[in-house]
Amino acid sequence: MGALRFPVEAGHVLAFARALGAADPPGGLPRAGDAAPATFAIAAAQFDPEYPLRPRPWTPKARGGSGGASLPKGGPGGWVPPGEEEPAEPPWHGSGADAGLVTEGVGGLHAEQHFTYHRPIRVGDVLVPSTRPGEAWEKQGRSGRLRFRERITEFRDEAGQLVVTARSVSVQREAS
Amino acid sequence: VTAPASRRGAAALRADELAVGQTFETVVVTDLKRTQIVQYAGASGDYNPLHTDEVYATMVAGYPSVFAHGMLTMGLTGQAIAGLVGTESLLRFGVRFTAQVWPGDTLTVRTSVIRIDEADGGPVAEFSVSTMALSATDGEGREVMSGYAQARLAA
Repeated sequence: MGALRFPVEAGHVLAFARALGAADPPGGLPRAGDAAPATFAIAAAQFDPEYPLRPRPWTPKARGGSGGASLPKGGPGGWVPPGEEEPAEPPWHGSGADAGLVTEGVGGLHAEQHFTYHRPIRVGDVLVPSTRPGEAWEKQGRSGRLRFRERITEFRDEAGQLVVTARSVSVQREAS
Repeated sequence: VTAPASRRGAAALRADELAVGQTFETVVVTDLKRTQIVQYAGASGDYNPLHTDEVYATMVAGYPSVFAHGMLTMGLTGQAIAGLVGTESLLRFGVRFTAQVWPGDTLTVRTSVIRIDEADGGPVAEFSVSTMALSATDGEGREVMSGYAQARLAA
């Protein structure tokens, strides 16, 4: 699952460029047609409704959501109010009242990232990303087996023209 | 090595201003703050607590502290390359993340011209890219990211 539509908004491009230390553009906001930073495609995560590395304020099942992984009630981060169903989605794994949860399957660490630019991403674009799995391979590391997984995402504009092709490789250490 | 600071905000380099073997160095962050990592998390949408939650990173995940998103390092590096050739001219940019970037690190991007080819639509330059971190705590330097970039230059 990825973003369905990725609108390239001026304020978002501004915030992203600021985080990379860029000076604000003249007039304060990027204008329609301005090129976004070279790595901006990665911010499509904001528009992926199921992006796993974004916390969701906890919602009781009764108010929506369907199924989802269940974590032990009363476990770390899994507090369930009396009389409520278990959470519709797994609770966030970061720290709160306790230090957080060890999690599996949130993508491992980022090993490689490659972008091919057919043209720059521009403010005002509405991109449609589509992601497919690429190669998968394993390597023996110093502290266990490393599993590499490749994902390829094509970003097309509304006319269906390819804008950016992104290839990312993540690595996960297998418990030895 | 060409002085990089003077290039900030300067126009993109033209083909006749580049030669194979040239190397540019750009300091892209000095004493990286945890707050800049948080700023990047918010802008990119990647809220992995390994990067923003010191309690989680140290007590649950077992790291000495939070560390920067690889994509923050790549993004900062991309800004340095864009400062040389302009974002508009980029054709390819790819990296491998080789070591973690910690709060307090100072990052320097080294961009070297590997080749320049004449192509339809103008000369195309290939760069090797290496980002080095200097640690505030032990003063030790190390490569944290390496890769390549390709750009179509203004003739």
